[in-house]
Amino acid sequence: MRRRAGRITLLAVLLVAGGLLVTSALRDTVTYYRTPGEVLDEPDLARHRVRLGGDVVPGSLRNDGDLVLFRLAAGGREIAVEQRGAPPETFREGTGAVVEGTLSPDGVFRSDHVVVRHGNEYRPSSPPVGPVDAR
Amino acid sequence: MVGSIPTFGQAPRDADREIMQASTVDLVADTARAAAARRTMAWIAGGLAAAAAAAGAWLAPPDELQGDAQRLMYLHVPAAWVAYAAFTVVLAASGAYLIGGDLRWDRFARAAAELGVVLTAAAIATGSVWGHLVWGTWWAWDPRLVSTALLLLAYAGYLALRRALAERTGARDGGDRRVAKPAAVVGVAGFLLVPVVHFSVVWWRSLHQQATMLAPHRPPIDPRMATALLIAVAAATLAAFCVLLHRVVRLERRLAPEPTPAAERTRVGVG
Repeated sequence: MRRRAGRITLLAVLLVAGGLLVTSALRDTVTYYRTPGEVLDEPDLARHRVRLGGDVVPGSLRNDGDLVLFRLAAGGREIAVEQRGAPPETFREGTGAVVEGTLSPDGVFRSDHVVVRHGNEYRPSSPPVGPVDAR
Repeated sequence: MVGSIPTFGQAPRDADREIMQASTVDLVADTARAAAARRTMAWIAGGLAAAAAAAGAWLAPPDELQGDAQRLMYLHVPAAWVAYAAFTVVLAASGAYLIGGDLRWDRFARAAAELGVVLTAAAIATGSVWGHLVWGTWWAWDPRLVSTALLLLAYAGYLALRRALAERTGARDGGDRRVAKPAAVVGVAGFLLVPVVHFSVVWWRSLHQQATMLAPHRPPIDPRMATALLIAVAAATLAAFCVLLHRVVRLERRLAPEPTPAAERTRVGVG
């Protein structure tokens, strides 16, 4: 009987520890990035290092030395981003991106890390010429 | 498919098995007929896998944004899908064991958990390469990625628990209720993480894209890509089912000769 009780206790402890681990681990990652609106409305948020996500505004992307300048937009708000270092090859205007850095007092978000965030839509790289299906 | 229907449940013992199941094949029986059925299934799985490889590598076009890196989808999605399916088998088999007490279900749960752990690791590995090529990072502290890592840890823990219980009690894993019962409880509880992993990209803001094929309103996907993906998922599912049956048969074969106490003592010190 003692062993049985011990086992159940062990199991309960493991489950509780696992649950705590899950919630604590997920707390920091459930919101992987902040939107431009959140960062602009809460400047305190971006005083520390934060991830900012949005779509790269078409026409805003340009290079300036080793800086890459663009604007990230989401929900009608946008922030100018000054990224130091080359973005991945898939980075382009109109697609999503998440940058990591801080918002400077001049309103420019200075980042040193950028990842591409793509959607769940998949299209062929070049539109098929003529009928592909022989049906 | 090939006239063989998998029959599980209370397995008829000994000679009854051959007589009672004239029309169906008990796929986990250690008989020549069942082995032939399993081999047929393995060949079909192999054929599907070859078709999936051809479809994924040549038939499907490269993605507009992601290029050829998107082809990793035909490995990543089947691995993740079959891992979910394997953990569903763990849940069902653990529940069936807790209700009916048939140790065969315990062996199914163990084999499915092993499969699920390997496939979750494969999903993380292929996803990591895909992330490196398209996102520009091998790993991100993103809800989908972190919850998947936790899923891997949970079921690795489940297998570790089985082993620890077997070693502590001297019971044989897969043939003893001292291992089977606590394992079944953990096997049921662990499944709670599966919906968390699957819906993590919906519930929380994530770097990982949302589901395409399982989305309520399916977003656009090129039909050739969707075809390749479905073939790959079918191939992986059937192949995993074959591995599961094979593993259960091996576990039963290992347990078949009742060990004498002396035989069990000689095992000490091995490994």
